[in-house]
Amino acid sequence: MMNDMMTGFDLLQPTDLSSALDLLSRHGADAWPLAGGYDSFDWFKNRGKQPAVVIDLEGIEELRGVREGGPGPDGDRGVTIGAMTTLAAVEADPLIRSRYALLAAAAAQVASPQIRNAGTIGGNVCQDTRCWYYRYGMTCYRAGGNTCYAGAPGAMNREHAIFGADRCVAVTPSDVAPALVALDAEMIVRNARRETVVPAAEFFMPPGVDITRMTVLGERDLLTAIRVPGRWAGADFHFEKVADRKTWDFALVSVAAAVRVNGGVIEDARIVAGAVQCVPRRMTAVEDLVRGRPRDEETAEMAGELAVRGADPLDYNHFKIPLLGNLVKRAVRATS
Amino acid sequence: MSGHDPSWQGLLSPLPGGDALSRRGFIKSVIATGASVSAMSWFPAPQGAARGAVGRLISLEVNGRTRRVDVLPQETLAMTLRYKLGLTGTKLGCDRAECGACTVMIDGVAHYSCSTLTQRVRGREITTVEGLEGPGGELHPVQRAFIDELGPQCGFCTPGQVMAAAALLRANPNPTRDAARRAMSGNLCRCGAYDHYLNGVMRAAREASGAARATGAGEVSHG
Repeated sequence: MMNDMMTGFDLLQPTDLSSALDLLSRHGADAWPLAGGYDSFDWFKNRGKQPAVVIDLEGIEELRGVREGGPGPDGDRGVTIGAMTTLAAVEADPLIRSRYALLAAAAAQVASPQIRNAGTIGGNVCQDTRCWYYRYGMTCYRAGGNTCYAGAPGAMNREHAIFGADRCVAVTPSDVAPALVALDAEMIVRNARRETVVPAAEFFMPPGVDITRMTVLGERDLLTAIRVPGRWAGADFHFEKVADRKTWDFALVSVAAAVRVNGGVIEDARIVAGAVQCVPRRMTAVEDLVRGRPRDEETAEMAGELAVRGADPLDYNHFKIPLLGNLVKRAVRATS
Repeated sequence: MSGHDPSWQGLLSPLPGGDALSRRGFIKSVIATGASVSAMSWFPAPQGAARGAVGRLISLEVNGRTRRVDVLPQETLAMTLRYKLGLTGTKLGCDRAECGACTVMIDGVAHYSCSTLTQRVRGREITTVEGLEGPGGELHPVQRAFIDELGPQCGFCTPGQVMAAAALLRANPNPTRDAARRAMSGNLCRCGAYDHYLNGVMRAAREASGAARATGAGEVSHG
């Protein structure tokens, strides 16, 4: 098993986006769009997914790169990032580093250097959940079955959700996703018929709405670009990811925060957590709490307490409650 | 991401880019020279392949040479290197992008070859550990430094560690220890010789910059 081949597929390598979208419409459910491959090959090698046709997006130049200019009235201060831009390129990009250090920091903490050299920002936000019952091929709710193995008594669910579980208790694995939600980014979704703009906060799919997918993308859709508005450019940012290992590992909890401070008072904030829920968890109650308050220890303390209110842990992930509370506290307290 | 007519007419037209023509020309040339490493007799021809799917006879630029090889669509670069091109210096540890033993350079950048489709690296410059030696067979500065710092113990992860270190020094000839640690963090060593490898990276950087100063050139000198 370990060193054998993936099962066969036809590999299509379109060189422009419209061809790729046409191929996706033509092959429908048989087709698998391939970005960096680090989620895809796990599925293929383990026989979890065996698509007949793989559409390699690597050769599509227009899906790659970072351009100045984003959406909205202050668009000239924003950036547009092609979905096939590698995480290493996002991390190193001077525009992103100067305006959205939050995003650069999040990209820098994904997996390992080699994975960041090939893994893309689009692939990172579209990747499937890492719940190992599901990845192992169990017929759980998410796989079309009628039970959740990770939520069952005695199940190994140390990495799973403390919020928003709805039959499925898997969490979003992406480090970049909370940063994009915090920056009010827009996801550009295209298929052969139309282009749709989806706010990052609505791009990720809660299990209560559709338990079989992680994003709004249908089988003929592609995420083609991510646009970041100028609103948060140059704000105070804080990104922190806690994982068992400093490399390779997925987050146990991550927190991405963007804060605007004026005269010591928090004007506005976005605070978003990863790996605590199936989707990036934007904590609007915490944002409302800190808005208008001084950025001090007392505010941070209250924010940390409020962040975990309503948490509903499983057998083995109670530790995520104080962890999330502390990370939020540090994000509000931070003065970087 | 605009500028394309999102109509359905592309469904009926061939793939753009003149791909089919050049592929046909290429296959002809391969058959004429007979130089391809062929597995044609081992695998049946694909049945009903989707139109526009990649061909199997391709050229790869490996360690400065053009290698012709028969590659399946789902084949990883690690498989091609080891089992079609005989370059067994590249190791397969986990085959899941979780250990780094298969690290090679593609256009000078470190990648896991176990998780790279060979078909994706046509026309790109692939360097394996076999390709690091100098013109007279001298070891690469990283290899020398790893020996001096007792990096390898069992040695299985060493080719991957060498490639990760060589890629780092190519991009950043004088890394801080922290930068080096970070750059090497995608390579596991079950013997736990991480500090030795890290010392090796720093020594290689030192010695290469010393050599560059001595020769008055910015280039790494072999031997």
